[in-house]
Amino acid sequence: MGLTEIFQYITQDKFWVEFLTTMIKIAIVVGACANVPPLMVWLERRAPAFMQRRKGPNRVGVFGFRLFGLVQPMADAVKLMFKEEVVPTGADKLFFHLAPVFSMFTSLLIVAAIPFGPEIPVFGFSIPLSIVQLDVGFLFIFAFSSIGVYGVALAGWSCNNKYSLMGALRSAAQMISYEIPLGLSLIPIVMIYNSLDLNTIAQGQEYIWQWGVFKAPVSFFLFLVAMFAETNRAPFDLAESEAELVAGFHTEYGSFKFSLFFFGEYVSMFVLACLISVCFFGGWQNGVISQADLLGLVGSPYIVALIGIGATLTKAVFFMWLYVWVRWTLPRFKYDQLMALGWKFMMPVGLANVAVTALVLAWLRF
Amino acid sequence: MNPYLPVLILLLITIPLAMLFSGLSYFLGPKNYNQSKLDSYECGVPQVGTAEERFSVRYYLTAILFILFDIETIFLYLWARHFNALGWFGVIEVSLFLLILLVGYIYIWRKGALEWD
Repeated sequence: MGLTEIFQYITQDKFWVEFLTTMIKIAIVVGACANVPPLMVWLERRAPAFMQRRKGPNRVGVFGFRLFGLVQPMADAVKLMFKEEVVPTGADKLFFHLAPVFSMFTSLLIVAAIPFGPEIPVFGFSIPLSIVQLDVGFLFIFAFSSIGVYGVALAGWSCNNKYSLMGALRSAAQMISYEIPLGLSLIPIVMIYNSLDLNTIAQGQEYIWQWGVFKAPVSFFLFLVAMFAETNRAPFDLAESEAELVAGFHTEYGSFKFSLFFFGEYVSMFVLACLISVCFFGGWQNGVISQADLLGLVGSPYIVALIGIGATLTKAVFFMWLYVWVRWTLPRFKYDQLMALGWKFMMPVGLANVAVTALVLAWLRF
Repeated sequence: MNPYLPVLILLLITIPLAMLFSGLSYFLGPKNYNQSKLDSYECGVPQVGTAEERFSVRYYLTAILFILFDIETIFLYLWARHFNALGWFGVIEVSLFLLILLVGYIYIWRKGALEWD
């Protein structure tokens, strides 16, 4: 069989087209996600610098080009790679090595469920622009982000350090507590757009007035707060309250394992930023021109898809910026305040939100 | 193609990738160990005991409450997905479910399970 025949066979078979596009999508998404942490590290050092009227890192450059300090995170990564790896005495070796792995791979898995653009035709088959298109997209994301808690808990527990243990306990308790408001806040979205599939939810938000943020504003605020707590970000970064706990669960971690925790944290921040833009801001819809009109305007489904990806990423980047903005604006909560906010305020409000949305929708629809 | 096949492929790619990165410094970094470097960090003084101590019971309580309420959230997802199909019947059934849950929620609040002091 010649190469052309193999090519023809592959392009006519649905399984092979889907399989190969899946591999390409995985390569692109994993590659893109590898660039999220360096960019966020850069943003997190430059943005507060400008808020505090100083320069921030701007010395590192390539051949004399400084590029606003963009190369700094790369230098940091190389430095961490060549650092000595210290396993403290009395540490549980297996879990000590396993914890960063959990932290990294779960964050890469939940990216898979995010639809970055509308479906595109490839050799006559319609291919979605998310790695997995499941009917249970939401549950997939919640399931794997729960596994991410294992990374934190095991890291703190395994390394025989009291600060790590306390940081990990706090962090794990906080993450699981805020998972409930996070889950409750998305139930009205499921009811309104009548689907658990993220792509269908994005399709339902063609124009600005159909966006989730206007149809379910309470859900939006609950999700926004839970999003910050879920990723251990300020003002809820109790795990890293350096005045009490040194550095929280990763006190004993150095070298590249340390950077894997940050990889996991930044990528899950990115996933939640994408999720909030898909559920509440139309995802890949631009909000003004419907997809059919846009296709008539530009003439190619691939350009429409590119515009869609651009729309998703623009919204996600805004929320990534919001993380940094909030971090350098609000002071940190106390731990009892944090737990009280989660259990005594956000949970009842979330339940009431579900009940009220259900009654209003039932009144309107039946 | 089975929609779960990409999940399997992704698992097969990301877990070895994460393990590779996790072990990278072991192969690339220097290895000049001494005892004080290997000790657990405790603000510069020798470690007192081990870290495997008993910790506050509230963390266990939080974990148990999480399991209860998270399962309830998952139940609500199934109903929310079939909201249109179930109609008023579903709304009333879920209201009863939430009512029973609310009693439990008030109970744990009054018992002080949500207090952190």
